[in-house]
Amino acid sequence: MREGQIRIPSGCAISGIIDKTGKRMSGEAIIKSISVMHDRSNGLGGGFAAYGIYPEYKDFYALHIFYENTGAKKSCEEFLERHFDIINLSKIPTRKVKGITDEPLIWRYFVTPFATKLADSQLDEREYMAKCVFRVNTRIQGAYVFSCGKNMGVFKAVGFPEDVGRFYRLEEYEGYCFTAHGRYPTNTPGWWGGAHPFALLDYSVVHNGEISSYDANRRAIEMYGYKCTLLTDTEVITYIIDYLHRKIGLKMEEIASVIAAPFWQTISRMEPEKQKYHEYLRNAFSAQLITGPFSIIVGFDGGIMALNDRLKLRSMVVGEKGDKVYIASEEAAIRIVEPDLDRVWAPSGGEPVIVLLNGGVNSGS
Amino acid sequence: MAVNYIYPEYEVVRNYDRCIVCRVCERQCANGVHEYLPDLNKMTCDDSKCVNCHRCVALCPTRALKIVKSDNTYKENANWSNKTINEIYRQAESGGVLLSSMGNPENYPIYFDKILLNASQVTNPSIDPLREPMETKVFLGAKPKAIKRDAEGKLVDNLTPHLTLSMPVMFSAMSYGSISYNAHESLARAAKELGIFYNTGEGGLHEDFYKYGDHTIVQVASGRFGVHPDYLSSGAAIEIKMGQGAKPGIGGHLPGTKIVGDISKTRMIPEGTDAISPAPHHDIYSIEDLRQLVYSLKEATDYKKPVIVKIAAVHNVAAIASGIARSGADIIAIDGFRGGTGAAPTRIRDNVGIPIELALASVDKRLRDEGIRDNVSLVVGGSIRSSADVVKAVALGADCVYIGTAALIALGCHLCRSCHSGKCNWGIATQVPSLVKRLNPEIGYKRLVNLMNAWKHEIMEMMGGMGINSIEALKGNRLMLRGVGLNEKELEILGIKHAGE
Repeated sequence: MREGQIRIPSGCAISGIIDKTGKRMSGEAIIKSISVMHDRSNGLGGGFAAYGIYPEYKDFYALHIFYENTGAKKSCEEFLERHFDIINLSKIPTRKVKGITDEPLIWRYFVTPFATKLADSQLDEREYMAKCVFRVNTRIQGAYVFSCGKNMGVFKAVGFPEDVGRFYRLEEYEGYCFTAHGRYPTNTPGWWGGAHPFALLDYSVVHNGEISSYDANRRAIEMYGYKCTLLTDTEVITYIIDYLHRKIGLKMEEIASVIAAPFWQTISRMEPEKQKYHEYLRNAFSAQLITGPFSIIVGFDGGIMALNDRLKLRSMVVGEKGDKVYIASEEAAIRIVEPDLDRVWAPSGGEPVIVLLNGGVNSGS
Repeated sequence: MAVNYIYPEYEVVRNYDRCIVCRVCERQCANGVHEYLPDLNKMTCDDSKCVNCHRCVALCPTRALKIVKSDNTYKENANWSNKTINEIYRQAESGGVLLSSMGNPENYPIYFDKILLNASQVTNPSIDPLREPMETKVFLGAKPKAIKRDAEGKLVDNLTPHLTLSMPVMFSAMSYGSISYNAHESLARAAKELGIFYNTGEGGLHEDFYKYGDHTIVQVASGRFGVHPDYLSSGAAIEIKMGQGAKPGIGGHLPGTKIVGDISKTRMIPEGTDAISPAPHHDIYSIEDLRQLVYSLKEATDYKKPVIVKIAAVHNVAAIASGIARSGADIIAIDGFRGGTGAAPTRIRDNVGIPIELALASVDKRLRDEGIRDNVSLVVGGSIRSSADVVKAVALGADCVYIGTAALIALGCHLCRSCHSGKCNWGIATQVPSLVKRLNPEIGYKRLVNLMNAWKHEIMEMMGGMGINSIEALKGNRLMLRGVGLNEKELEILGIKHAGE
């Protein structure tokens, strides 16, 4: 049994750290942070997204791929060679960790689309990239691209998140932003690809919750060319964000107003212009409204967005210290890495906290 | 065979111990069932005239009356039922087409009754509508394919005309003529009070009701009765009626006896003439013709009104809907084979069309597969009987439902299925002034408002149980549904899993 064959609800822990100035830090802190919430996971999945970790290859897409066997690797590499100029390839460095077993082959490729192929496809570069990734993940048995952004990467596995971090030697990477996820699925899939974060291009999502709108969201987003193969909330939320941000062109705060829209009764108390804004978004993008409990951290190129569902049915705390912003399911996971915070608060339901590089913290609080 | 007697299907049973000979039953029955026998100072009745509308039963002050199914029977035969035999006797006598009213009453599967809803347990919380907001507001119309921003980067409202409803239910098309002035007034006032819409049907719009225009859908059907520029502009939306679930493939016929006074004026035809709507629109023989009518109506109303195209659920409904979704229409209404009517040939009503649940599921899927679901909203009717049906229809993929029969029942209809006789004792499907005034619109509209408010509460309870606090998150959310006792093919078409899966 693996993701995609059945739908598995899960509880979770999430954590995120970003330095607003873009200053890079090691992965040590995020491992420490997520390890505090050990009891919020059950050893069936953990992972990290790290931004700014490949400055020497920042103009190339970094593909992280799981292979179940060498046959899958061969077919996938043939596909990659047909579509991309491969600048560099290597195994992703790992170390043996007790508690992380049955690892697949884990490879990393830095690639750029062949100019002629790209021109023939009549797609923009990112759409070309996304299409190729969908192709590998749906067509090549045993190969799974789990990270495909520029200057960022996802590292995930079946196991407790702190073990996953050590396994991938995350402390040896330096990035300006990290997010982490510990998973508590109510079933036992045990497939590495099913761990979180889920990522598409430079968008990554870590999510704690079980959304009640899942099938409405899934069926709506599949109409726009996405294929939900994992049947997980995180997957569909990532696609919604990719669709609204990359394809439609909404800004992150507008996306928050779509997926965690304010209630009509709240809107009715707003000034007329705000009312029109929200009525427009709720009408035009009604199928992208997400209901049911969730707390998510969305990583993207140049920033991060934390968001709770409209009723705040999952815990999420934000802390600030100097240039750093911390987000976690529990305050303890922030205090362990930064006990002396300038400010700490719990954002209300539906109120996004958006942190941009060299920008401020945009939050209602 | 000259004997042409058919024993009545239902018998009026009078408890003479209770009867006080007040003669209310006699006065109330437009069919002349009850009669006073002065010599005996006793009431008698002719069961053969009884349509089983329960007017006398409901009004008898001493509860002396009841209607029972007759136990008189021909020799039992699994193939030749009493009904079938009687219909042959009737047709052998008259040479005519059998007529019926209201929806198909035959024993076909009711898929809504084989679908069960989900509820939250442990992994996510149910939501209590008494304590938290629970939203049922819906918009009907096309969704924009892209956004626009002004010079400052602010989002510009680029939505096409749409309808805004407080809950996903509307009153379906019932013409002034097929139902009474008072019935229409009840529907119009209720729609206004509820923040929803009612539909004129193909009878035009009485000038007294123009004031409810913001809550009115004006219909354009094949007979084009009552259609003029003011009429089109007076409504909130325009519906092109291509078909009706009760009688797919055929037109309509309002007998001249009902074309009296204001009805003749509203329909813009002379008094006493039959109002015959052709089977097809004679300017629409194909999908490209439909597109022209859609745009003609949009031109006539300055592109300010959404256009609905209503079709009957027939075998090829998914492909037809796909064509309509590309025709410029903003909303598609699909009417299932259980949908009601004021009059239809019995054989058509009982044998043509398909269940709305299957039609809805396949249309919604097809439009999504083709990437055009956002071009249109889907409204389904025929027949939605309860709030549970509404929730199931929305979860299958509908944006909204139409109710007709349920609304009439709220007004007093007892489903005697004799609308075509024009002698509705409840003042609904009649134009006889003495009968019409039995329906008090003041009370009628309140009963409709009550019914809708009750359904709304129930919809909110069911949504809350599923952990959904806004109706848009229920739309097309088929994981919230499970089938019971359905075969693989039925589940596949409905796009749902079986209970236990």
